[in-house]
Amino acid sequence: MTGIVVVSHSRPLAEAAIDLAQQMVRDGGPRIEIAAGVQDPETDQLGLGTDAAAISAAIEKADDGQGVVVLMDLGSAILSARTALEFTEPDIVERTRLSWAPLVEGLVGAVVTAASGADPAEVAAQAEVASEAKHQQLAD
Amino acid sequence: MTSENTPVSELGLPELTTWLRRCTELVDENAPYLTDLDAAIGDADHGANMQRGFDAVAGILDAEYEDVQALMKKVGMTLVSSVGGASGPLYGTFFLRFATSAKGADALDLHALFAALQAGVHGIEERGKSMIGQKTMLDAWVPALDAYQRAGETLQGAVLAGAAGAQEGRDASGPMEATKGRASYLGERSVGHIDPGAASTALLWEALADVVRPGGPTPDGEAGADGETRADGETRADGEAAS
Ligand SMILES: Nc1ncnc2c1ncn2[C@@H]1O[C@H](COP(=O)(O)OP(=O)(O)OP(=O)(O)O)[C@@H](O)[C@H]1O
Ligand SMILES: [Mg+2]
Repeated sequence: MTGIVVVSHSRPLAEAAIDLAQQMVRDGGPRIEIAAGVQDPETDQLGLGTDAAAISAAIEKADDGQGVVVLMDLGSAILSARTALEFTEPDIVERTRLSWAPLVEGLVGAVVTAASGADPAEVAAQAEVASEAKHQQLAD
Repeated sequence: MTSENTPVSELGLPELTTWLRRCTELVDENAPYLTDLDAAIGDADHGANMQRGFDAVAGILDAEYEDVQALMKKVGMTLVSSVGGASGPLYGTFFLRFATSAKGADALDLHALFAALQAGVHGIEERGKSMIGQKTMLDAWVPALDAYQRAGETLQGAVLAGAAGAQEGRDASGPMEATKGRASYLGERSVGHIDPGAASTALLWEALADVVRPGGPTPDGEAGADGETRADGETRADGEAAS
């Protein structure tokens, strides 16, 4: 099954978005890994931020051979996700897609599609369609 | 590190390590200033981000490195996973590309340092999909590189010119309207504020200038040319007052 990685500045935000998406698949959903937040060495707390090395590790963990789709929030999440591909195993990078879909809408689309056995290209495409659907629903 | 009379003509592991330590000091001293700049047009974390990043860099400097490439690669990897904000992957990519350019070298002379800095700056442009004029750190990097290249006869002259170029570029970011990064959400309201990343880039250049300046950084952590650092504070105040 295509794996999913959620990249966010905030771990609670990533967890909540995943909760929302997993309602659609309950059991039998895809493997979802989180790369969110950055460790503050002084307080040892997880603060807001993104970490390219953590994203790379999450991609490698989410891959079962079929590939991975990465959903992300904004700003450095995008820059860090692109940076992460530099130190991810090249074979896995080949089968990894970074999706431009907004995190919440995209994640729901991606999780449901991945659960059907679709490949990363199809999962990424459906994540993007899912965000277009919102646009349609508000257009009159 | 260097005597008063022999100007540094190349940067080997000891000089690069001194540069990075000096970066950490300047980032620490200026963290509130960087955060203030980011509070005006961003999310008020640039000082904390840079401090976290360069404190982590300081933590890897005591290890042994085989060559320049190994050290700079480690610096890049450390920054991408400790800074947290956009400046992490951007400065991280800078040092990773710098490392690749320095492959096989034990020390960087005038030309090799230019090649490494240029590779790093191209890395920032590629990673950020950005260029000069968009109110980002590139507005300090690009004029710095140009000034370095124009000055270029001695390493010392080129680096000092580069540092001056970075300061000018930082100040020139004030009147620009941001089209990249968080500040771009503010559109016109970003005008009149110096870009935080351009300011931190000027600090990295100031740190490099301290390494090549006759006498080098003084042991108490103050820059060789103290007056210059203060004059700098003036410019900063002006830039902000313009808003
Ligand atoms: N696309 C880009 N190209 C070049 N520099 C950029 C780009 N985006 C942001 N920057 C630089 O990064 C600086 C901001 O760094 P900072 O550490 O505050 O990250 P941030 O913007 O808070 O990150 P995040 O996206 O996580 O919110 C800006 O001042 C700018 O110089
Ligand atoms: Mg910021």
